[in-house]
Order: sequence, then C-alpha cells, then structure tokens
Amino acid sequence: MSQTLSEQIISRAAGRSVQAGEVVTAQIDLAMIHDSIAPSVIRILHEELGATQVWDVNRIAVAIDHVAPAATPQTADAQNKLRGWVRQQGIPNFFDAGRGIAHQVLIEEGLARPGMLIVGSDSHSTAYGAVGALGTGMGATDIALALATGQTWLRVPETIRVQAHGQLGTGVTAKDVALKLARELRADGATYQAIEYHGFDSFTLGQRTTLTTMAIEVGGKAGIVPPHGLAAADAPPWLALSDHATYSRTIDIDLDNLDPQIAAPNYVDNVVDLRDVGRVNVDVVYLGTCTNGRYEDLAAAARILRGRRVAPGVRMMVVPASSEALQLAVADGTLATLLAAGATLGTPGCGACIGRHMGVLGSTDVCLFTGNRNFRGRMGHPEAQIYLGSPEVAAATAVAGYIADPRTISDQAVTDDGRWATVLQA
Amino acid sequence: MARVWRFGADVNTDQIVPGRFAPYVTSEAELRKYPFIEARPEFAPSVQPGDVIVAERNFGCGSSREYAPQALKLVGIGAIIAPSFARIFYRNALNLGIPLFEADLPQLSDGMELELDVGQGRLQVGGDTIQLPPPPAWMQEVWNIGGIVPYFRTYGRFPGEAAS
Repeated sequence: MSQTLSEQIISRAAGRSVQAGEVVTAQIDLAMIHDSIAPSVIRILHEELGATQVWDVNRIAVAIDHVAPAATPQTADAQNKLRGWVRQQGIPNFFDAGRGIAHQVLIEEGLARPGMLIVGSDSHSTAYGAVGALGTGMGATDIALALATGQTWLRVPETIRVQAHGQLGTGVTAKDVALKLARELRADGATYQAIEYHGFDSFTLGQRTTLTTMAIEVGGKAGIVPPHGLAAADAPPWLALSDHATYSRTIDIDLDNLDPQIAAPNYVDNVVDLRDVGRVNVDVVYLGTCTNGRYEDLAAAARILRGRRVAPGVRMMVVPASSEALQLAVADGTLATLLAAGATLGTPGCGACIGRHMGVLGSTDVCLFTGNRNFRGRMGHPEAQIYLGSPEVAAATAVAGYIADPRTISDQAVTDDGRWATVLQA
Repeated sequence: MARVWRFGADVNTDQIVPGRFAPYVTSEAELRKYPFIEARPEFAPSVQPGDVIVAERNFGCGSSREYAPQALKLVGIGAIIAPSFARIFYRNALNLGIPLFEADLPQLSDGMELELDVGQGRLQVGGDTIQLPPPPAWMQEVWNIGGIVPYFRTYGRFPGEAAS
C-alpha cells in the first residue's frame, strides 16, 4: 500500500483504489449541519432536490452552535423550525444550544472516528482529522445533496506532509504550530490539498484539533493526524501511514525552537513571532472556539490567571467549546479561577467568532482572540482589530493589558492588585 | 457593456458577505443587497448583470457559506476570474452555476469595459481579445445546465465520473 491517509479514506469511501487528482463519487460516513446553514440545506433538500427524507438518520448530526442561545426572535424561530425538522426526520444526533460547537461535540460523542469521510456545512470541518478522519467543509447545496444521497463528489487531494521534530517548550502550544504553518504555507498554500501531520503522537486530542481546525486557514481540503497514541483510538486496520506514499511537499517544523506566534490583523497568515509584535494594548481577550475552547485551553489559561486579575479596562470572555469542557472546568476549579480573575462566561458554542452575538467587537476594540480567523469584520465591527494567539498568550495578555508572552510571567511576582505587568515595567 | 470589478488577493467570504448579514440573521430576500457591503459598499448598488470580478490569487477563502457566491449570483455576476480560488468557494460557485476562470489578468483594471463570451471563454477588452483557459468539459456541463442541482436531477449522478 502506498497511499496517503486521504487516498486510503477516499478509496474505501469510493469502493475502489483512487489516487490524487481523480474526481470520484464517494459514500459519506457522517454529515454535519448547524443552525446557521441548516435552513438553506433543508430548503434545497426538500424544494430543489425533492427529497422527503434524509438518506440515513443515524449518519447525520445537527448542532445549534453558531447563534446559541438565540440572539433575536428571527434566529429563535429558525432554531425552533430546525428542532421541528429534526423531530420530523427522526434524527437522534441532535445537539441543542448549549451543548457546544459541532466539531468538538462530534469528537466527544465518538461520532467522528478514524477512517471516516465526514462532510460538514462549515469550513472548520477539517477538525475531524484530529481523530484520523477526513473531514471537509462544503456549502449548503453540496450538503443537501449529501443528505439526500449519502454521497458526494470530490477530487482526491494531493497531500502536504508536516513533519514535527522535538517537543514544544513551556508556554508554546499547538496553536503556535498552527500559526507557524500559516506563516510558512500562507493562506492558499494547501489549496486543493490535504495536510498530514507527522510526529505529533504526543499531542493530546485537543491539541490535534487545534491543528486540524486550522488546516482550512491555509486552504486545506482536510488536515489529518494519524490516529497514533490516542487512548480511544479505534483506527480500522486499513488506515496506516505508508512509507511509500507520495507527498507534494514536506514542511519540517522544529518544535524545540518554536516561539509564541501571533497573527496580526486582518489575515490569518499575517503571522509574526510574538516578540516582534510590539506593544499592542488590548480591550478584549476572547478565549474559546473550536480551535482553542476546550477544557485544556481553559486550564492552561487558569494556570496563568490563578491569583492574578485581568488588567483594569480589559474585558475577558471565556466561551467553552462544549458543555463537557465547561463541566470539566467547573469540576476542578478551573472556571472558578477564571471568574475570580475577572473573566465573563458565555454559553458553550461558537461565541462571537462569527460576529453575531456574545461579546461582538466595537469599532475601537482591539482583541486577542484564541480563534482561527482575524478577517476584517469577523467578530463584529469592521474597524475592530483582531490578533490571534494561544490560550496561554490570551491569559498573559489579559493580565498585562497588552499582548504578552506567557513565558515571561511564570516567575514574576504578583503585585498587590494582582498584576504582574507593572513588575515588568518597573 | 459589462465592466470589471477589480479585487486583490485573498478576498475572503467574510468580505463578500459578512456573517452578520447571513440570511439566517437577516433574510433571504435581502441577500442581494449585501455582497461586499463593508469591503466595498458601492458594489451592490451599482453592479450590473454580466459584470465581471477580476481578482488576484485565492479568491473566496475562509468560510464555507454558500450565501457569499449566492449573493454574487443574485446581482448577476457574469464570471469571476482569478489566478486561483479557494476550494470551497470554487465548488459553491460551480454548484450555483457561476462561471469561474483561472487566469491572472493584471492588465485589467477596475471599471474597464469588457465583453465576455462565457461559452468560448473569450474576453474582449478595448481592442484586445483574451482567451481564457477552458475549464474541464464536465464543469462546463454543470454551468450550462444551471448548476449542480439541475445536473444531478438530469443525470442522476455527480460530475466527473461516468455513470456506473
């Protein structure tokens, strides 16, 4: 066998051996739709395609995560209509407002599994590569066709291999790896291609999800981590790395010498080392999203915020990626630490990532965001400035009041008002 | 006469239609007012059917929102020409029947008048004729029939693979 993981997964889904470049029709293992796009999908499914039933109720997952809970009467009505449709169709895998972001929830629920071909009505469906699935985002029409037929058509992608060397240092995270890759590949470096992440066996499932959610930010059709070293790995025997697979390119990444990275406005590939970002005062620190809203992200922030306070004039929002992340953070005191530091808690879900609710930005706001996009207007007002960074950077920034390196604070004394930044400036 | 609307590189779908203007939070009927509402507010009020978007690389990156190309279709965009497109946007536009051509045309500037023969892939600008690289035959079939839904309803299969 000399196929990439994408070729292996699509071969199985297409029922024949395929290779990069072919356009094939493939069986889908799982299709995801969320509240934002579901109304269009359902309209196309019934009105344009004339289908009355989805192809397999057990292979569809529906989540209300993009505006959760509803922000307006209109979104409330749309969500009620979606709930009614789910009941009428008899779809068991329905995750209502508050359960969390579809990508995180489908992984937690064990619905996304190694070797699956998963399509979602969301570009960050590349997330499912964290468990060794091929996840890819599509528009409403493609997803409606998938719901009607259980199939989709796709071009088998070439694959870029990312090869990690060494181990991350303290205060450097999977997010910094993802941003470094955006810096190397740029926003279109993986267009029409998949990414395989090799050498990340020590990464947790959460860290892997941080990488794979950001595969789309370099144009990737999918981003897949081989399912090695996962406690719950149930990889099918046919899914395995081959020494003879053909890669379009290999990118080596030196984890030992990686420094915290920041994506400056307004492009995800506008990445610099944090130390080169200069003094950037922030108004908002936003911790959450499918990229960095898991329990381990909240816990990492809490380790830095313990015994400290969010700087005066800074608003810190915490929006867990899922109810499970929130419950874990409640159980061990992580949430109490964040709230004691002055953070505000939002409902698990996408939060302000799409600029619709739960702490959207105003025209003068400068935000350090743990999400995956800093496009102009992404989180609210188009004049707002969005910088992307890790949860550790978010916490350090919240305390300092300006974009700060988490490695500079671990040994700093905490001043009377809980700030360490004043110590640094003294 | 159609005109050129010139855009740069990495035009993302948040620029085409910001998430705050999605049909989910506004309405389907209003969508035609929203293409480039913040990135280029003069676009939606003055664009004419048949006008052509000419951009630099990676047009349509970001979100999978089909309402971005849908909004461009509603205002009657004749074609989009760029050296490269983001994958999901390319698919969505193809599915909706919007002609896309992969070509780098730095000589075309904003506001230039042109005529486009989509079927022939031929542009007339000033006295010049520009031959655009033809898309695969199956892709032209999808455009000609009006998008992927009519294609699927007609042929009972997806493009790119012969019926089995």
